[in-house]
Amino acid sequence: MGAGHAHVLHLERDSVVHRLPPQVKIVASVAFTLLVVLTPRERMWAFAVYAGLLAVVAALGRIGPLWIARRTVIEVPFVILAVILPFLGTGETVAWLGVDLSVEGLYGAWNIAVKGTLGVVSSLVLAATTPVNDLITGLERLRCPQIITQIAAFMLRYLQVLSDEARRMRVARLSRGYRPRFFWQLRAWATGAGALFLRAFERGERVYVAMLSRGYTGTFPRLKGRSARPGEWAAALALPVATGAVALAAALT
Amino acid sequence: MIDSMSPVLSLSGVRYTYPDGREALHGVDLSVGEGERVALLGPNGAGKTTLVLHLNGILSGEGEVAVGGLPVVKENLTEIRRRVGVVFQDPDDQLFMPTVAEDVAFGPANLGLRGAELDARVGEALAAVGMSEHRDRAPHHLSFGQRRRVAVATVLAMRPQILVMDEPSSNLDPAARRELAEILLGLDVTLLMVTHDLPYALQLCQRALILDAGRIVADGPARELLGDDELLARHRLELPFGFSVPREGL
Repeated sequence: MGAGHAHVLHLERDSVVHRLPPQVKIVASVAFTLLVVLTPRERMWAFAVYAGLLAVVAALGRIGPLWIARRTVIEVPFVILAVILPFLGTGETVAWLGVDLSVEGLYGAWNIAVKGTLGVVSSLVLAATTPVNDLITGLERLRCPQIITQIAAFMLRYLQVLSDEARRMRVARLSRGYRPRFFWQLRAWATGAGALFLRAFERGERVYVAMLSRGYTGTFPRLKGRSARPGEWAAALALPVATGAVALAAALT
Repeated sequence: MIDSMSPVLSLSGVRYTYPDGREALHGVDLSVGEGERVALLGPNGAGKTTLVLHLNGILSGEGEVAVGGLPVVKENLTEIRRRVGVVFQDPDDQLFMPTVAEDVAFGPANLGLRGAELDARVGEALAAVGMSEHRDRAPHHLSFGQRRRVAVATVLAMRPQILVMDEPSSNLDPAARRELAEILLGLDVTLLMVTHDLPYALQLCQRALILDAGRIVADGPARELLGDDELLARHRLELPFGFSVPREGL
């Protein structure tokens, strides 16, 4: 299927996880994340087991820990929110290095940080092992409404075209002595963004006309892709099943 | 020149005014017979692209357009768009699916083809433009010339009666330009090529038309029209520096 190697989140290599069809990986990843979220935050051992399970999947997918770690920075804004919580919470407090921290806030922070991180890492493992076009095919196979998969497919295709255009416009600005370090030169950037928007809008019209010319009447042909074999479903669902068992144990203890 | 009973393309009295009041076409009469390769020449702003959009009913003004005898009216649009294959100037406007093969399948799938029949169409069209080995690649990873060839394939997959190309040679490097010419010369299809690349028109087409200010102002053998410097100059067309129409043969 598609060549997704231009995308920063995909790791082009061959592994058992890479070879699984996209739909089973999407289901496994979403189910894993939901089960993690449902686990009571006080059962800290459960989260350690989850992290271990993800590490096994990442190792099977031949993804290095550093590769994942670098890309988890996306969750930094949420972690910052979590760090504030212990200082804002009310009720019972504990003293730590002379600072009173709210126990409720600490649990809240832990909850956000650990569940967020596990969710992000599971998405990263999915993205690393699945070319982005295959993700859309997988969603189609899972009967995701076509309007969503269509928008996603168009976005992927034209994000690349538009970023090329934006790059060319930037080079043209720089070539005429534009130095964006001065604040008042932001105006040129803003005008450029406006021009890019107009270009995107006009391109949208041209794409639509080209589609009409090929007989488009509003319904899209389904993307292909293959159905998953029972063995592949079983392999992918091993992760959420193990996670579910841990979550159940955590909830019952 | 090849003539047949029912022209592949016939236009009579086609007029069009844009919603903003700009008049683009002032009564175009035109007939293209089966197997002809016709160049539609004209300066920028002559109405060439507007005319192209009339051929498959994207735009419609006054007058009549028929493709293989079938009038271009709303009820016939599906069949008209199968018969008229338009290749647009910017392949990025035409190629929007994640992979080459899926894009080529888009047109025939709209015609209701599925399964093995659809696959066969895709394979045949990609083979015709020499792009079979790139079927699973994303359009973004192809060169400009390759994308133009895939754009031709997306239309060939619908087995059109007439292939309409808007500025086929624009932005191509010399080798890609020649490769595309070789592909087009090898296709057994009626061709209407909109261009102001006059040597390309001469290489590919027996017949040429000049459209200026919304009217067809000249129609004749390409060699004759392009050899008439005065006629060309009157309509803001000229041969590139150092180029003259070869006396015989190509």
